[in-house]
Amino acid sequence: MTDMSNTTYDSIIIGGGHNGLVCAAYLAKAGKRVLVLEARGEIGGAANTMTFCDGRKVSPCAHYLNQLNSTVRRDLNLTSHGLKMAGSDISTIALNPEGDHLFLNDQGASGAGISANDAANYGRFMKLMQQYSTMLGFLVDLPPIDIFNPDWDDKVAALKLGWNVRFGLGAEKMSEFLRMVGMNIYDVLDDEFDNPTLKGALAFDAVLGTHTGPRSPGSVLTFLYRMVAGTDGAVELPEGGMGAVTSAMAKAAAGFGATIKTGARVASVIVENCVATGVVLDNGATYSATHIISNADPKTTVMDIVGPRHFEADFVKRVDNIRMRGNAAKLHIALKSLPRFTNLSAEQLRSRLLIAPTHDDVERAFNHAKYGEASANPMMEISIPSIDDETLCDEGHVLSAIVQYAPYTLKGGWTEAAKDNFRDACIDRIARYAPDIRDHIEAAELVTPADLEQRYGMRGGNWHHGELTLDQMLMLRPAPEASRYALPLDGLYLCGAGAHPGGGVMGAAGKNAAKTILSEGRS
Amino acid sequence: MRDLSGQNHYLSAVRATPFYEKQKAVDLVNTWHRWQGYTVPDVLDNVTVEYFAIRNSASVFDITPMSKYRIKGPDALAFMNRLLPRDMTKLRVGRVGYTVWCDDEGMVIDDGTVFRVAEDEYWLCAQERQLEVLKRNAIGFQIEYAEITDEVAALSFQGPVTCKILKNAGFAGIETMKMFDLRFFDFPDGEIMISRSGYTGDLGYEVWVQNDQAEAIWDTLFEAGKHYDIRAIGGDALEIARVEAGLIAAHVEFSPANETVRPGHAKSPYELGLGWLVKLDKGVVFNGRRALMKEKKNGSRHRFVKLDVEGNKTACNAYLFDKKHGKQIGHVSSTAWAPTAKKNIALGFVDMPHGEIGTEVWAEIYYMKELKWNTRWAKCTVMKDAAWNPPRKTLTPPADF
Repeated sequence: MTDMSNTTYDSIIIGGGHNGLVCAAYLAKAGKRVLVLEARGEIGGAANTMTFCDGRKVSPCAHYLNQLNSTVRRDLNLTSHGLKMAGSDISTIALNPEGDHLFLNDQGASGAGISANDAANYGRFMKLMQQYSTMLGFLVDLPPIDIFNPDWDDKVAALKLGWNVRFGLGAEKMSEFLRMVGMNIYDVLDDEFDNPTLKGALAFDAVLGTHTGPRSPGSVLTFLYRMVAGTDGAVELPEGGMGAVTSAMAKAAAGFGATIKTGARVASVIVENCVATGVVLDNGATYSATHIISNADPKTTVMDIVGPRHFEADFVKRVDNIRMRGNAAKLHIALKSLPRFTNLSAEQLRSRLLIAPTHDDVERAFNHAKYGEASANPMMEISIPSIDDETLCDEGHVLSAIVQYAPYTLKGGWTEAAKDNFRDACIDRIARYAPDIRDHIEAAELVTPADLEQRYGMRGGNWHHGELTLDQMLMLRPAPEASRYALPLDGLYLCGAGAHPGGGVMGAAGKNAAKTILSEGRS
Repeated sequence: MRDLSGQNHYLSAVRATPFYEKQKAVDLVNTWHRWQGYTVPDVLDNVTVEYFAIRNSASVFDITPMSKYRIKGPDALAFMNRLLPRDMTKLRVGRVGYTVWCDDEGMVIDDGTVFRVAEDEYWLCAQERQLEVLKRNAIGFQIEYAEITDEVAALSFQGPVTCKILKNAGFAGIETMKMFDLRFFDFPDGEIMISRSGYTGDLGYEVWVQNDQAEAIWDTLFEAGKHYDIRAIGGDALEIARVEAGLIAAHVEFSPANETVRPGHAKSPYELGLGWLVKLDKGVVFNGRRALMKEKKNGSRHRFVKLDVEGNKTACNAYLFDKKHGKQIGHVSSTAWAPTAKKNIALGFVDMPHGEIGTEVWAEIYYMKELKWNTRWAKCTVMKDAAWNPPRKTLTPPADF
C-alpha cells in the first residue's frame, strides 16, 4: 500500500466491528483510501473471540452464525480469508426437565410426545415461514425504499415487493402473510400447535436477543427476521468463534488496501462549516476524510461522538427516542469435561440446546424484565462450541449461553452481588437439565447488557444497535432522515446495525452503506 | 376579581394579570378576551381613541400573557444559535433581536424577540408556548431553561411621547437607547428591564418587571405621562397598528409548524418575507438549515405581500387573483383601514412568482350591508414597505416634547 503518513483518506470508519470491516472492504475494493479506527485492542467489536479464563475462548456476544449475508460472504471471499465452519446445519434440541426432549432439524420434529399432526404441521409451518422470509429477503440487500422521493431503484424495489407478495406467494399465502405479519408469535403458535415444548422453543426463537415477550406485538416479524438474510435459516458455528468471522473480514478489507488501526478510540468528529471532515482520537491525533462513516450505534454516534449541536433538534429528539434496551445476558462456563444432560448423548450436545419449556414460561420470564427485574426462571440458548471446535480450549470445554431476560436497567443496578445471584440462578437452571454440571465447572462469568455496553460501546447493551420492531425497521431505521446511511450532516454516514437492515452478524448494513456511498453522484 | 389564589383557582377559567385591577379601573366597555389563559381587554374605551394614542401620544398595553423564557448556562449562545436562524454571535449583551424559529423542515414554529441580558443568559419572548420546543432543543446543551411567563409582568409602551414620559419618570439616559437596545434601571423593590422594542412599527418601549412591581410601574408611567395623553389600550387598537406596520401574527399569517397537522399548511421564513433573518452561511447548524438551503435553491411556494387595496372596502378574508375574474393565486390574511397612512391595506400571500413589488393583484371582496351580501373587485398594489414606517421608529435620541 502507498505511504500513509499523509493522514487524508477518502473514508474513515469509526469502529472495526463486522459492519465497519465489511464497509471498509467494499470501499477499498472500489479503490477508495480507507482507514478503520477501532477503539479496542482488537478488531471485531462484539463479534470477536475472547479468552475468559485460562486457555478458554468464547464468542462474547452472538455465538452462532445464522444471518451472515451471502452476498458479503461471496463478494469478500471470506472462505479464502480463512473463514471455516466448525459446524453447519446445527440442529436444535428443546430441553425438557424430565428428559423427554424435542428434536428439531431439517428432517422435522420428534420427541417430547409430539403428535403426528404437530410434527407434520411443523414442517409445513417452517416452510411457510421460510417462504415469507425469502420473499422479504431481497430488502436486506437494498437501502430502504425512499417513499417520499423515490428514484428508479426505489420504484423497482417497491414493485418487486408488491409482486413478490402477490404473485410470489399467491393469493392464499399472501392473505395468510398479511394476517400473520403483525401478530404476536404466542397467538400464532396457539393457532398452529398443541405441543407445549414446541411452542416454547419457537416462542423463544422469536424473542431471542430482543426486549419483547412472545405476546409482545411484532414477535412474528422478529421470528421471520431471524430467517431473513442468512442461509435459509441454517445455523452455523464458525471455527475459532465469532472472532474468526471478523478476522476474515479484516483480512479481506486489508487485502483490498484498507488500513486498520486498533487501540484508536475516536473522541470526536471534526465538523467544519456544517460538514464532517475528520476525526480526533483520544490521544489527540487527527485524520481527515471526505466520508466519515460510523459503525457505532446511531445514538452513540449522534449524542456522544459527533454531538447533538451539529444536528437539527427534531432529528436529535428522534435519535434520543430510539429504543435500545438490551435484555439478553451471556453466560460463559469453563468446563473440566462435558456434563451429562438427562437423556442426551455427548454427540447430541453438539446441538443448539434451548431452555424454554413453554411459551407461557417465556412470557413469564419477560414479565420480570418489564419491571426491571431479571427473570426468576431464565430462558437460554446453550452452545458447547468446543465439542466441534478444538481451537477454543486447550483442555476441557466451554459452554456459552444467551440468557433472557436480564434487563439493562436492572432495579438497583448490576452490582457484583446482583451478577453473582443471576449467574447462580442460571447455573441452577441448567442443573435441572444437567444435574452434575456443578462438578464440571471450573469458572463461570455472566456478561450483562451493562457489561456489553461498557466493553463494546453498544448503548443499553442492545446488540442490534436499536430494537428490531416495525417502527424501527426499514425506512424508519434509525430515523426517517437517516435511513439511507447518510446522516443529516454532510460527510457523515452510518454503516452499523443501527441502520437498515439491522443487527445480527450479518454485514448487510456495512455493504449497503458502502454501495450507497459509492453510488453518490451517480444518480 | 375574586380571590383566585391557592385552591380557589377553579373559580375562574381565566387568570388576571398583575395589571388587571389597573385596567379594570379605566375600563368603560367590559370587552375582554382570553389570551394564553389570561383575560385581557379588546377595548377599554374606544378603539379609535386608543389607536391614536399609539400613533400620536403614548399607549400602554399589557403583554404579560406573552410566553417568556429564561435560557441560561455556558452553552446559551450555542443553544440559541442552533435554535434560531439568525447569527446569534452578532447579538451583543444589551441587545434585542426579532427572530423566527423553525422545525427541521424549515417551517416556522413561532416568531418573537430574543433578549441577550448577559453573556450567558437570554430571554425569549414568544407568541405561543415554547416549553416543549426548548426541551427538545436542550438535549445535549449545558443550559437551563425556565418559563417565566407568570413571574414577569410586562407592558408595551408605544407612541411618539413615550421616551419623554420615561425621562419624566426618572429613567435617566433612556433617550440614548437605540432601537433594540435593552437596559436595566433601578426601581423600588429591584431592577427592571426596559427594551426599545414593540409591535407597532413606531417609537416605543417594552417594560419588564416583577409581578409585585407591576402596579407601581403602572402608576409611575401614568403619573409621568398625565399631561401627555397616556392611555391604556386593548388588543383591537394594537391589531390595527401591527397591520399598518406590516408585522405578522401567529395563527393569522402562519400556522405554527409544531401544531400544524396538514401537510403544506405551515410556512417558511422566506414565505413570510423574513428571509433576512436566515443566515444560511453562519457556519453552524441551525434548525431548518438543510430544508431552507433547498428552498433557497429551488424557490419558495408563496410570497408574503403588503397590499394597498383600492376603494374603501377592507379585503377581509378575500381570495386574491392574478386579474379581475382571473386565476386564484392567493388569499388575504389580515386587513385594516390604516388611519395614519390613510390607506385601505391588507397582508396576504400569493403563489410564486406572483406578487413582485409594484405589481397588481386583484381581490374579490365580499361585504355585507344591512344583512345583504355584495361583492366588489378591487385592484391591489404590492407595496415595498409597510404602510407605516416613520423615521421616529429608529431615531435616536427620539424627539423631545
